[in-house]
Amino acid sequence: MAEQETRRDRATRRLWPALALPGTFWLIALFLVPFYAVMAVAFSGSINIFGEPVPAWNPLDWKYGTFRQVVSDSISGPYQEVWIRTGVYSVLALALCIVIGYPVAYYTARLAGKRRGLILALLLAPWWINYITRMLAWVNLLQEDGYVNKTLGFFGIAPVSWLAGNAYTVVIALAYGYLPFFIIPLYASLDRIDPRLLEASRDLGMSPVQTFLRVTLPLSKLGLITALVLTALPMAGDYYTNTIVSGSPNTNMIGNQIELFLLQGPLKHYGASLVLLLSLVLLFFMGYYLILTQRAGRDAR
Amino acid sequence: MTRTAVTRSAEGKPAPARTKRVPPWRNPWRRPYVLGTITWLYILWSLVPVLIAVQFSFNGGRSRSTWQGFSTQWYCCAEGSIGEDPSLTLALENSLILGVATVLVATPLGVMLAMGLTRWRSRSSKVANGIALVPLVTPELVLGSALYVVMVNLYQFVPLGRPAMLLGHVTFSISYVLVIVRSRLLSIGRDYEEAARDLGASPLQGVRTVLIPLLTPSIFASAMIVFATSLDDFVVSQFLFGDASNVTVPIKLYNAVRAAPTPALNALATLLLLGSFLALILAYIGLRARRRGSQSALDDLAEYG
Repeated sequence: MAEQETRRDRATRRLWPALALPGTFWLIALFLVPFYAVMAVAFSGSINIFGEPVPAWNPLDWKYGTFRQVVSDSISGPYQEVWIRTGVYSVLALALCIVIGYPVAYYTARLAGKRRGLILALLLAPWWINYITRMLAWVNLLQEDGYVNKTLGFFGIAPVSWLAGNAYTVVIALAYGYLPFFIIPLYASLDRIDPRLLEASRDLGMSPVQTFLRVTLPLSKLGLITALVLTALPMAGDYYTNTIVSGSPNTNMIGNQIELFLLQGPLKHYGASLVLLLSLVLLFFMGYYLILTQRAGRDAR
Repeated sequence: MTRTAVTRSAEGKPAPARTKRVPPWRNPWRRPYVLGTITWLYILWSLVPVLIAVQFSFNGGRSRSTWQGFSTQWYCCAEGSIGEDPSLTLALENSLILGVATVLVATPLGVMLAMGLTRWRSRSSKVANGIALVPLVTPELVLGSALYVVMVNLYQFVPLGRPAMLLGHVTFSISYVLVIVRSRLLSIGRDYEEAARDLGASPLQGVRTVLIPLLTPSIFASAMIVFATSLDDFVVSQFLFGDASNVTVPIKLYNAVRAAPTPALNALATLLLLGSFLALILAYIGLRARRRGSQSALDDLAEYG
């Protein structure tokens, strides 16, 4: 009996790793190995007859010439402007996200009352409407003879060429595109704040503004940073938004540069190097975020 | 009344409406009109353009900015409509096939991974868990370009096109399944499996007869969410689609939007919208089946999205 019991226990112990095996294998083969492949291409030292890089699979063969070139071009060279533009557009769009998204998330989590379910459903809807569709919708509205210019004309304002490669159109489009992804995590964190804390603050004589600044805002700091990181990561790699609403090289972001190098032309080692550099920059933010959430987790315990 | 007047002059906003039980000046959540207005304006801003785009898919003329009467000609069967333009039909077909295939591969992999990682407590399971969650925060551009580079340079036996796109979609979908199914696994605990084992079931029987039935609603919900995500994916597909015969709906929309499009494009976008919303409503029903409350099921969707 005892022997049978142990055999069964052993079988159970083996069952779980066995179940986890295929998925883990899949993620190693199609998530970790691809990153290694990016490094092998970025650090490739030779090109074939088409001018395309020959991947260097052995780390001992890695040559850092291209990567160094890309880094120096990014700091002071042709890519500098693109990086700065990516940063400026992202920061402006994130600022719009905070200004619009925080009140919306706050209202939904704290004040919406009976309508909360409805509002939440309406906030979730754009999340699941295809991003390209939402941009397409704006392209329709922003045509020269579209609804936006017609409305402006009604008030006697001259039509605006929204889609002629304007930075402000791109920034607004980015904010529009990523706001749903910003609002929902922020909503989740505001929703978790204990309403009794706000009542306590109120009972102790604080004004609503003071309550907000000294209770709600500090308690939602982590949620706000989570929302910002989750929004900033895809935004930094965006290349389709500005292609759709601007199309001008003057509004290119780093994503456009990467797409150009990797998919159009032989300079794939430059593309791979830029992917690595972008990943490093984003890893910095992700690391900061992870440290912050872990510290918060420890404090909670 | 005087106090209300004081508040009004101090903050320069209209006096709040009286609620029944709490006097307004003592209500910590008084006067949400401003915030309420911002919220509803935002909702209008976020959804009305899409509704207008849907409306124009029913336009009677070729314009995408001037309304020329209702018609279903852009669905079928005017020249260049979805029914008549082979490239549009093909895109729809590609998207649907890819979505279904992704569900069929990613769901079992993700469910097994969730069961394995949740119940198997060891250091390596923690490492695997960490790896499994990284795809959720990896920018699509990075994932897409890494997959492209590996397919072209290492996995040359996987041709760009449907096979490569399937592998890519499954890769980002596994993590969704993992997150959804694992939260259910954690909430049902180990008691049922242990009971099954005490009653003489083998571990595998326990999984099949006890765990899987308990997990069915979440497995169904995660399958639907995977389908919707796969339909909507643009970046990974765009890096892996290879040639024009494998174009999916989002890629078609992206390529056509700047090149003299007709309302047929809006019709295509509308069908995509219907597809993902249908999947989502089913996912919602699946999540509600286990929670028995519409509010919490919405919150679940909010967490998983």
